[in-house]
Amino acid sequence: MAQIELENIARTFSLGNAQVCALSAINLAIEKGEYVAIMGPSGSGKSTLLNLLGLLDRPDAGRYRLEGRDVTTLSSDELAAVRRQRIGFIFQSFHLIPRLTAAENIALPLVLAGAPLAVREKQVRSALAKVGLESRAGHRPDELSGGQRQRIAIARAIIMRPAMLLADEPTGNLDRHTGQEVTELLEGLNAAGTTLIVVTHDSVLGRRARRRLLMVDGVLTDDKSEAANGPPPALPAPMERQRGGMQ
Amino acid sequence: MSAADATLTALDTLRFAIRAALGYPLRTALLILAMSIGVAAVVTLTAVGDGMRRYVAGQFASLGANLIIVLPGRTETGGLQPNSFVASTPRDLTIEDAAALARAPLVQRAAPISAGNSEAAANGRLREVMVLGTSSDFIAIRQLSLAQGNFLPVTDWRRGGAVAVLGATVHNELFGNNSSIGQTIRLGDRRLRIVGVMEPSGQGLDMNTDELVIVPVATAQAIFDTGSLFRILVETRDRDAIDAAKTGLENIMRERHEGELDVTLVTQDAVLVTLDDILGLLTLAIAGIAAISLIVAGILVMNVMLVAVTQRTAEIGLLKAFGARGRDIVCIFLTEAALLSFAGALTGYLFGLAGAWLVRLRWPELPAWPPAWAVAAALCVALGSGLVFGVMPARRAAALDPVLALTRH
Repeated sequence: MAQIELENIARTFSLGNAQVCALSAINLAIEKGEYVAIMGPSGSGKSTLLNLLGLLDRPDAGRYRLEGRDVTTLSSDELAAVRRQRIGFIFQSFHLIPRLTAAENIALPLVLAGAPLAVREKQVRSALAKVGLESRAGHRPDELSGGQRQRIAIARAIIMRPAMLLADEPTGNLDRHTGQEVTELLEGLNAAGTTLIVVTHDSVLGRRARRRLLMVDGVLTDDKSEAANGPPPALPAPMERQRGGMQ
Repeated sequence: MSAADATLTALDTLRFAIRAALGYPLRTALLILAMSIGVAAVVTLTAVGDGMRRYVAGQFASLGANLIIVLPGRTETGGLQPNSFVASTPRDLTIEDAAALARAPLVQRAAPISAGNSEAAANGRLREVMVLGTSSDFIAIRQLSLAQGNFLPVTDWRRGGAVAVLGATVHNELFGNNSSIGQTIRLGDRRLRIVGVMEPSGQGLDMNTDELVIVPVATAQAIFDTGSLFRILVETRDRDAIDAAKTGLENIMRERHEGELDVTLVTQDAVLVTLDDILGLLTLAIAGIAAISLIVAGILVMNVMLVAVTQRTAEIGLLKAFGARGRDIVCIFLTEAALLSFAGALTGYLFGLAGAWLVRLRWPELPAWPPAWAVAAALCVALGSGLVFGVMPARRAAALDPVLALTRH
């Protein structure tokens, strides 16, 4: 059984009187621990697909089984609980709360889950260590660089030890160098077993994924796995670099 | 999924709301100010209103709570009656009437009152004064006190002595800082020896005792060439005896006036209750008007929270993405609204207390303390309006589509 199973998923939006078909007849299975890039031009439906995978949106038709459980029929409170426990989100514009410190931003999912203070502190410390920003715990987002902000956002996404990370253009607001650092961080988490699904139209970033889905006009047109082809071309041996960078 | 049941705790909700309130200091300060003005207005204005009520009640109580005032003539509220044409002129009150009332059961003491204006001359100065003819018990009934000398001696009411007691103002105007005891004062064509000076009593409700020259009742009647009394003051043994005593006094007066009750008996209680009601109602009206500003502040809370929802759209989407349920969002925003209202109410209460204190500082005779009901009502209305007007924005926040909220940026 795959971790994620989509069966004939369709999603339609109404724009005035017109019906816009954002997704149609999507069939997809993603195994635990996979590294998937969803690529395609703007408006091809890749963000809609990511929102559906993250249970932020519901399909109009079809079935979505997450870890064997049909989540299309869950109530919104049940969906919230699944998001809280199983899914970590990373956004292009970071979405850190400006008035909270880095540590408080990271602790947010734990706060929403009602975790006791002692547990929170311990886990926030360990998450900060994982993204290499222990010294920035008390800083506010506006006191951090873009790369640091995204690393804080990643720490927040992994604080609940989710089964999968969903990243929407995670390097879209970063320069090439910091983007690469963030990518390596995400790939390191993936190497440790977390499913990583990245939406991007950066082909360099996309090519690093072991599996690439191409979307055009709401339809999956290509599904390529690189496992047989060896490591991605541009940046050799990212895992080792990752480990080196996390000291 | 056992941990899925655990959710946002109340303490964390509060902490989050506090951080949110502090995150926008100017907005929070202005809202607290607006709310506090409303609460301060209620607290200060009701303090003044209630202070006035208590001041008036205090003034009446100082006249003596066990007092029955007997006035000549019958005040009828029924309009014309058959005997209106027959017995038209009421009989005068006399010193004998007063003596009879003083002997009645349940009566502690009584004082006849005869009053009029006269020219007073003493120490080479001339002044128009009010002359009050009464008996030795007057000072006890009206709960007044002497500054110097003695009050009127205990004598037969029908025999006037040539003595006088001066009110504080009269004494100051005629004698200044000099002693007046033993000096002579001329009232009309009578020369009286001054035996005492009253303690200043301030403005009384019926007449200012500071401006009086008090003489024996028969002396006053001689000065004004009359045999009648202005009124009779009767003090009963205790407050509970007032009703029974009143009936007894009416019977005595009916007997003495050939079966006809042609006098009016007024008790302090009746006047006091009426005044108390009127001033209480006035205070309530003031509180009501001030409370309108609390509703306005509530609408302001709603406006501010609606702006907050718009401002924090992405944040709400984020909270939802990380597993906040709709009711968690409602809780967070309602807590913030309640927090702002509460801070405003508390600040306003302190402002209100300060306002009442300033009123007491400026007018020390006015006991301007905010009544407990007004404070409680103001705080409840402030909190309530903040919460009620916070519901709509909170619901709106909870209903936000997380996808739209997150992609708006």
